[in-house]
Amino acid sequence: MRLTCPLCGPRDRREFTYLGAEDYLHRPAPDAPRDAPPDALSEAWDSYLHLRDNPAGPTRDLWYHEQGCAAWLLVSRNTITHEITGVELVANRKGGAA
Amino acid sequence: MRYSGWKVLLEGLRGNRGWKPVWRDPAPKAHYDAVIIGGGGHGLSTAYYLAKNHGLTNIAVLEKGYIGGGNVGRNTTIVRADYMLPGNAEFYSHSLKLWEGLEAELNYNVMLSQRGIIRLFHSDGQRDAFVRRGNAMINQGDDAVLLDREGLREQLPYLDYDQARFPVHGGLLHPRGGTARHDAVAWGYARAADRRGVDLIQNCEVTGIDVEGGRVRGVQTTRGVIRADKVAIITAGRSGQVAAMAGMRLPIESHILQAFVTEGLKPVIDHVISFGMGHFYISQSDKGGLVFGGDLDFHSSYAQRGNLPMAEHVMEAAMTLMPMIGRARVLRSWGGIMDMTPDGSPVIDRTHIDGLFVDCGWNYGGFKAVPASGWCMAHLMATGESHEVARRFRLNRFATGHLIDEEGSGSQHNLH
Ligand SMILES: Cc1cc2nc3c(=O)[nH]c(=O)nc-3n(C[C@H](O)[C@H](O)[C@H](O)COP(=O)(O)OP(=O)(O)OC[C@H]3O[C@@H](n4cnc5c(N)ncnc54)[C@H](O)[C@@H]3O)c2cc1C
Ligand SMILES: [Zn+2]
Repeated sequence: MRLTCPLCGPRDRREFTYLGAEDYLHRPAPDAPRDAPPDALSEAWDSYLHLRDNPAGPTRDLWYHEQGCAAWLLVSRNTITHEITGVELVANRKGGAA
Repeated sequence: MRYSGWKVLLEGLRGNRGWKPVWRDPAPKAHYDAVIIGGGGHGLSTAYYLAKNHGLTNIAVLEKGYIGGGNVGRNTTIVRADYMLPGNAEFYSHSLKLWEGLEAELNYNVMLSQRGIIRLFHSDGQRDAFVRRGNAMINQGDDAVLLDREGLREQLPYLDYDQARFPVHGGLLHPRGGTARHDAVAWGYARAADRRGVDLIQNCEVTGIDVEGGRVRGVQTTRGVIRADKVAIITAGRSGQVAAMAGMRLPIESHILQAFVTEGLKPVIDHVISFGMGHFYISQSDKGGLVFGGDLDFHSSYAQRGNLPMAEHVMEAAMTLMPMIGRARVLRSWGGIMDMTPDGSPVIDRTHIDGLFVDCGWNYGGFKAVPASGWCMAHLMATGESHEVARRFRLNRFATGHLIDEEGSGSQHNLH
């Protein structure tokens, strides 16, 4: 498996570290409400941290080019075939970094 | 059907024409009291204990492929009760006790082999962590023995003790841990459930879950509509998809885990050996193959095959730990889809829909849980109450912050 880093070109999968689904881009505001009981997370936090669509097929997730340019990447790929269909820099997206 | 050496010999001479199917192949009925989605180890054991412990027999197990085709037939068969945290400790302890009586219970040889599991440590800090784990295991009523370097050398003379990166300092031995024959566990539960009247329906994929007024009414399948008062989702790596049919989002990401087996060799590895720092573990099957594996491929996947980087990493770890293994030839490798949760612990719970239950999130340790998971899931489905040893495996524990993070590796699905 190879990912084509927009900065470094096609590189071996081993250079990248996987974080998880695109949900990590939707971090709730630091002051997002916490529900009662006092130690319960709000739905927004639960969604961000734990709950996943977990699709069999096309998905988008976050990878870090750890042994390359150290950029965060948003990768479009297929979880059944392992085909990679797109890689973009998280920093170039509206709304900024992960 | 009776099995014996004579029967095998006789059938061999007759061209194996006399074997008969061990369970029925019923057509689905229009209605069941309970329907279990998924004919893996957990679905089958749930069906069996619903019938045996709770007297429910109008139940069906719906399997989209064939019995034993999922992870229950793809794992590396390790059975252990070496957990530390409340929640896990009592559950896996209960499971190991059920394993110890399973052959008599099912009248089926599941080839449980309590050969002992040794986890290696490589530093003082890691030894202290294992002392703590061992004490927790003993407090739970299970067994643990700390082996120093010389004690370990007597048992495993062939390790490379002085490797530069991870010199071996000793190990934590769990004598009652070991392995079992994975297929036999599926077949044993399947036969026992069938004999108690459970319908095992293969080639029957669930494509929808019917919910009316907050209550589950049944399922849509490739073999028609089946009405049911209770429905259980027990589909391991596919849990997220099946739960989505009921509009739910689960705290699960599916990942691939690979395993490998060599050609058959004479007995050489007596225990299960776990080299956690190198991401490697190994045992020898009764046929003689060295069965080994490592970590996840680390990215979400539904392909039941792995990528080469992890295969290479596992082989490297093997060579680091026991250079003798380089002489063995690898026969096969394969992969299974793991239902990974953010804390590495499972869920046995009801859902917000009346009559709909989930048993999922087994990560890569769900084979050893097969007996207790079925036991506790059946208890929950029949009585409406969580079983005592599974009461912390709640679906909402992530939202409420009551995570059971055995490895202490943090709230990320692929880190457990
Ligand atoms: C390589 C590998 C090594 C492992 N090693 C160990 C180990 O050493 N020790 C250990 O304890 N655990 C181990 N595990 C984990 C263990 O195998 C799993 O956690 C466990 O088997 C999962 O439960 P199950 O048996 O019910 O799953 P499965 O056997 O996967 O059962 C789920 C079933 O649901 C069916 N299904 C899915 N969707 C549908 C649908 N829509 N309709 C109908 N049916 C459906 C599937 O076809 C499947 O048969 C390992 C796993 C792998 C892959
Ligand atoms: Zn790069």
